[in-house]
Amino acid sequence: MSGADAAQATEWPLFEVFVRPKAGLEHKHCGSLHAADAAMAVQLAREVYTRRQEGVSLWVVKSSDVTASDPGDRDMYFDPMADKVYRHPSFYVLPQAVDHL
Amino acid sequence: MNAVASVDLQLTPTLSYLLRPADTALIHAQRLTEWCGHGPVLEEDIALSNMALDLLGQARALLAHAATVATVAGQAGQAGQACAGLDEDQLAFLRDEGQFLNFTLAELPLRKPGAHSSAPASGGDFADTVLRNFLLATWFKALWTRAVQSTDSELAGIAAKALKEARYHQQHAGDWVVRLGDGTAESARRMQAALQRAWPYTTELFAHDAVDEAAVASGLGPARRDLQADWQRDVDNTLAAAQLQAPAATPFISTGSTGLHSEHLGHVLAEMQFLQRRFPGGRW
Amino acid sequence: MYTQAMDTAPREERAALRSADEAAIEARFEARIDAGEFIEAKDWMPAHYRKTLVRQISQHAHSEIVGMLPEGNWVTRAPTLKRKTILLAKIQDEAGHGLYLYAAAETLGTSRDQMLQALHSGQAKYSSIFNYPTLSWADIGVVGWLVDGAAIMNQVPLTRCSYAPYARAMVRICREESFHQRQGFDSLLVMMKEGTAAQRAMVQDAVNRWWWPSLMMFGPPDADSPNSAQGMRWGIKRVSNDTLRQRFVDACVQQVAVLGVNLPDPDLKWNDERQAHDFGAIDWSEFWRVVNGHGPCNAERLAARVNAWEAGAWVREAAMAHAAKQAARAAAQEQAA
Repeated sequence: MSGADAAQATEWPLFEVFVRPKAGLEHKHCGSLHAADAAMAVQLAREVYTRRQEGVSLWVVKSSDVTASDPGDRDMYFDPMADKVYRHPSFYVLPQAVDHL
Repeated sequence: MNAVASVDLQLTPTLSYLLRPADTALIHAQRLTEWCGHGPVLEEDIALSNMALDLLGQARALLAHAATVATVAGQAGQAGQACAGLDEDQLAFLRDEGQFLNFTLAELPLRKPGAHSSAPASGGDFADTVLRNFLLATWFKALWTRAVQSTDSELAGIAAKALKEARYHQQHAGDWVVRLGDGTAESARRMQAALQRAWPYTTELFAHDAVDEAAVASGLGPARRDLQADWQRDVDNTLAAAQLQAPAATPFISTGSTGLHSEHLGHVLAEMQFLQRRFPGGRW
Repeated sequence: MYTQAMDTAPREERAALRSADEAAIEARFEARIDAGEFIEAKDWMPAHYRKTLVRQISQHAHSEIVGMLPEGNWVTRAPTLKRKTILLAKIQDEAGHGLYLYAAAETLGTSRDQMLQALHSGQAKYSSIFNYPTLSWADIGVVGWLVDGAAIMNQVPLTRCSYAPYARAMVRICREESFHQRQGFDSLLVMMKEGTAAQRAMVQDAVNRWWWPSLMMFGPPDADSPNSAQGMRWGIKRVSNDTLRQRFVDACVQQVAVLGVNLPDPDLKWNDERQAHDFGAIDWSEFWRVVNGHGPCNAERLAARVNAWEAGAWVREAAMAHAAKQAARAAAQEQAA
């Protein structure tokens, strides 16, 4: 095996790490790390990303399994949301008695 | 803190019982810190130092507790009265070798070849490290599981926290034993060699003496031999998954837990204790 | 300090643009930078921007990893269990910081193994400061106070770097970093205020040896940093070397008064006109000697990293082999089912 091939054969895959900071909140992406497999990735994520009690739950996903929207399509995907302000609660002016909704 | 050069304790059964896990945790942590910046992969460097930090925390809690029941040899005072002014650091840095009661397994070299020892094959590598982590974590898990019921409430509290840590250490290290035992031909060879080296030193973990007797009688904690069944079961399962063969038993028994150590502890302590000895009365 | 990478490289010539289209795209990119927008991993960026960032971020990462070694040198000899715990946690943080930074660099299309290969071959650099030896316990306190202090000064502006994955890594790092400087300063304060005469002498000796190398961490004078302008243009470098160095000197003079040590610079004095401290001439020949590989510890530091990597090869291979075996077994089970 050539040097480059040998290196490739032993390079650990990259995993993206998501941490749920506390119960009730969503998992948030906080970075990535290398691990030989998913089980190791979870353990290492605990070591690397939750040393300061940053979380109650961890997800790891192989980076190669993440599908991302194309930033070139950004205008198409996201701008149409900008003018649909009726989705936001602040758009509706309600009588004070029910404003807590 | 007074500028004492050395601390000489009266090794009562209670104190000895506390010092065994305290010193084992301390010396094992000390060996693990030799890996700082030298691990096979960055993520594992962090994992090893996490383990060392947990063990240091356990050692500190146990030593601080031991300090409250320790009496200095030959000191005038009422029987059983603790010596005022002793703390975790004095116990760690000012005791001499003969009063350290860690299992010999913990003091054997982990990373560098054993340059100081005349014993053959006393070097250490990552295989020795993960194996020792696994064997000791499994022992600690068995200990803490029972010590949560100690009549000594301080020890029970320490046990409750330490048990969570020991379970994680056992899982992490056990996974590595399996990964390396059932990895490549080379890793399997190295793991089997590590097992060959470590196995004779495990007999001591379940030896039985007056210290164990007294602990059982007073409810302070379990005898070492009471931990063996659980330990054996966990170890057998992991070795089987790792495709490794436990060596045959031999009459060899190590004696660190009685204060009679291998040639390695002297070097470990010389390094660990040097600053406190060099600057008596120093403040840090 | 981490832009030493850019400062010590020869002046870079940009490749000529190929077409009007490219010029337009690049102009739009520059406009985004000027508007303070963040560039993400999949956004278009000039090749030169990408290359510069890979180099800077990876060398920042290398610095964290190599930086573990001078401190690791004393962790087995820490004088109390509390100090041992604190130092171990700090070293561990540095490993973590290296890891966040390698991850940020990987978003730009390089790999961890490629970056390590560049480090181990001597091609990639790390901060010059880590080529000095830690010779006493007081060095550990001084490293925390001065070296981490300089790092913080450098890192806070980088949290606004135009490249978002790097900026986010810096935010995470800055949160963890302030403990590093405080623990160093605290350690020195105890030795100076409550320690023995021998301890105080040890502290002063450490300060004498680390002061000038700490000033050199900020890189060559602005006039001698040919790539700084481009870095500023692209929002990779936010504050100039000389400005940061001056801020550092002024902050340290105040801290030194609290500690009760002397800084080894007879020319250090307050300049009322500039409202800043004048300080003595830095020996830039020492800086270049160290950056070019001839400092006190360069060979040892690199050897330690290379050895760790090579000695660990069988571990990494075994982990991959095991993962492959498990995957094959799982696949076989599925087939059988």
